[in-house]
Amino acid sequence: MRGNTVRALQTGALAALGSAGMAGAALAQTAGAALTPEATVGLDEQVNQIFADATGPFVSLIFAPFPGTSFPWIVMWLVVAATIFTFYFAFVQLRFFGHAIALVSGKYSDPNDAGEVSHFQALTTALSGTVGLGNIAGVAVAVGIGGPGATFWMILAGLLGMASKFTECTLGVKYRNEYPDGTVSGGPMYYMSKGFSELGLPGGKILAVLFSIFCILGALGGGNMFQANQAHAQISGIVGDYPGWITGIVFAGVVFAVIVGGIKSIANVTEKIVPFMGILYVGAAVVILIMNADKIGWAFGQIWEGAFTGLGVAGGFVGALIQGFKRAAFSNEAGVGSAAIAHSAVKTKEPITEGFVSLLEPLIDTVIICTMTALVIIITGQLIMDETTGLFVLNEAGTAIRTVGDTSGVALTSAAFGASIGWFPYVLAVAVVLFAFSTMISWSYYGLKAWTYLVGEGKKREIVFKIIFCIFIVIGAAANLGPVIDFSDAAIFAMAVVNIFALYFLMKLVKAELHSYSARLKSGEIRRYEH
Amino acid sequence: MTTILVGLDGHGSGERALAHAQKQAELIGKCDLLVLYVIEWSPFSFQTAEENAQRAKRREEEIAMAKERIVDPALAALKKAGRTAIGMVKHGDVADTINRIAKEEKVDQIVVGRASDGGFGKRIFGSSTSNLVMSAVVPVTVVA
Repeated sequence: MRGNTVRALQTGALAALGSAGMAGAALAQTAGAALTPEATVGLDEQVNQIFADATGPFVSLIFAPFPGTSFPWIVMWLVVAATIFTFYFAFVQLRFFGHAIALVSGKYSDPNDAGEVSHFQALTTALSGTVGLGNIAGVAVAVGIGGPGATFWMILAGLLGMASKFTECTLGVKYRNEYPDGTVSGGPMYYMSKGFSELGLPGGKILAVLFSIFCILGALGGGNMFQANQAHAQISGIVGDYPGWITGIVFAGVVFAVIVGGIKSIANVTEKIVPFMGILYVGAAVVILIMNADKIGWAFGQIWEGAFTGLGVAGGFVGALIQGFKRAAFSNEAGVGSAAIAHSAVKTKEPITEGFVSLLEPLIDTVIICTMTALVIIITGQLIMDETTGLFVLNEAGTAIRTVGDTSGVALTSAAFGASIGWFPYVLAVAVVLFAFSTMISWSYYGLKAWTYLVGEGKKREIVFKIIFCIFIVIGAAANLGPVIDFSDAAIFAMAVVNIFALYFLMKLVKAELHSYSARLKSGEIRRYEH
Repeated sequence: MTTILVGLDGHGSGERALAHAQKQAELIGKCDLLVLYVIEWSPFSFQTAEENAQRAKRREEEIAMAKERIVDPALAALKKAGRTAIGMVKHGDVADTINRIAKEEKVDQIVVGRASDGGFGKRIFGSSTSNLVMSAVVPVTVVA
């Protein structure tokens, strides 16, 4: 019975992670395998059970599928919102794409503002919070279950998500708080309360409080415990099994040094290595694609065909669509509201410029990085296909495509890269750990902003949250807390429920900004600076 | 009226540049000085969200500190010597910013100190001084 409970919990965790956000799904398989049943029985099990019982209804509600399907309504909520914003702003992601690039490259930045946060810095900071396990492991899960066709839907959802980011980040800058000492605080909680009162609508404050609560829970869970847990799984996968609390203490120590001790050098090093890792990852993918250049046409054929027929995957083309949409929505966090916090520190007189810049985020995260992962998996032939029928061969349970070496999640991505570049899995392991670290640093800030919104600004109050955050790193790395992680992922998407609801009321404010800005851009009032 | 821009770096080389510019100014006669200190900064560096949130405040602090420690003492010394001078602190790439201010303020020449020592980084990226010499819009004097 006890053994069954453990297995049930682990399966529960896996199922949850498969559908969970910044999470990177099947990485958890490594975690599950690393933990012996003895390690999880006892106290852990009791904690899990109590927590699962208490939070279960909330989690089930957020991730509930539409009746008779396996399509979670929350994914539809995000995709529908992205589509509405795309039409409402008349394809802003296409019309202002070139302008966004010009803004990031500093062509419209006043040289006298040098030393302030640039568009580039705001964009890369926000990106370091979203690029991570989801891009490496999550995509593998999507392609492993939904086949190559999932890639098509993922790209489509990524392109639509650009409009959601644009909306929330414009508002984030427009309604941020600027304090007399020069520091800034921004994010959905500020645009909800200020924006609603500007429009004379009730309830803005309530939404802001609700959002803040979910944001704190999401930061401690998906943005912290899950990351610590997966970093430990990666490290122990390479050096051999050892207690998770050791990784937890080390990570907590380093994070503490950065966020409490203000040891800038560590943050600086990570912030420089993480983009480098991202570039290395995409670079390696490009090299593999060049090595297999003759198959690129075939791979895109598979993506196109699979998108509309499924090529034999579970659930047919709908299965591919669900997986693709899920992955995009969960990877780039468009509509969740987290990016609005990260982008709000930029120096600009025009809030909308940060909106333009932020729409590049889903493009880089989902349309470029996630697609690279998918292409490498497809092109290196990891998915087993029946030559005679041209359809994919499913595993015994019929839930996912059989792969060479029966891998899934990060192991599948690793195998795909390893098939062409033998030593790359080691680089990948380092990248996963670093991505986890940078995601933690980013989410510690998102959580902090939500915390100070609730309890007020102040050094002491900030330290309290930062210490709580570090304690949760140890807990996250030490235990196999499936239900806890499950709950915190649900909290992240609960942020999206509140955020998008508010965005529907506030989007007309963004439209007014868009009209005014594009008119001034056309008339030449907004000009490039000579550098 | 002639204007000479002096690039300070907070080290001995900057002081030597200032002394040289002062000597030049005496020879010219009607000559103002513009002392400039550039805080090396790139808009393309990577920062954490918290650093971003505090950036505006830090920027003010950096400017105040550079004024107090480097620019103001130089201005005081020039005033004592009876020279009209203004001071500026700017963020940015050192060579680009000196050049930009030279253009904006329509100065006639630039005096800077030679980069103190080579070092590994400078071998790869080149020093600010040599970058300035190669891109400057007005004559540049590099003081040893």
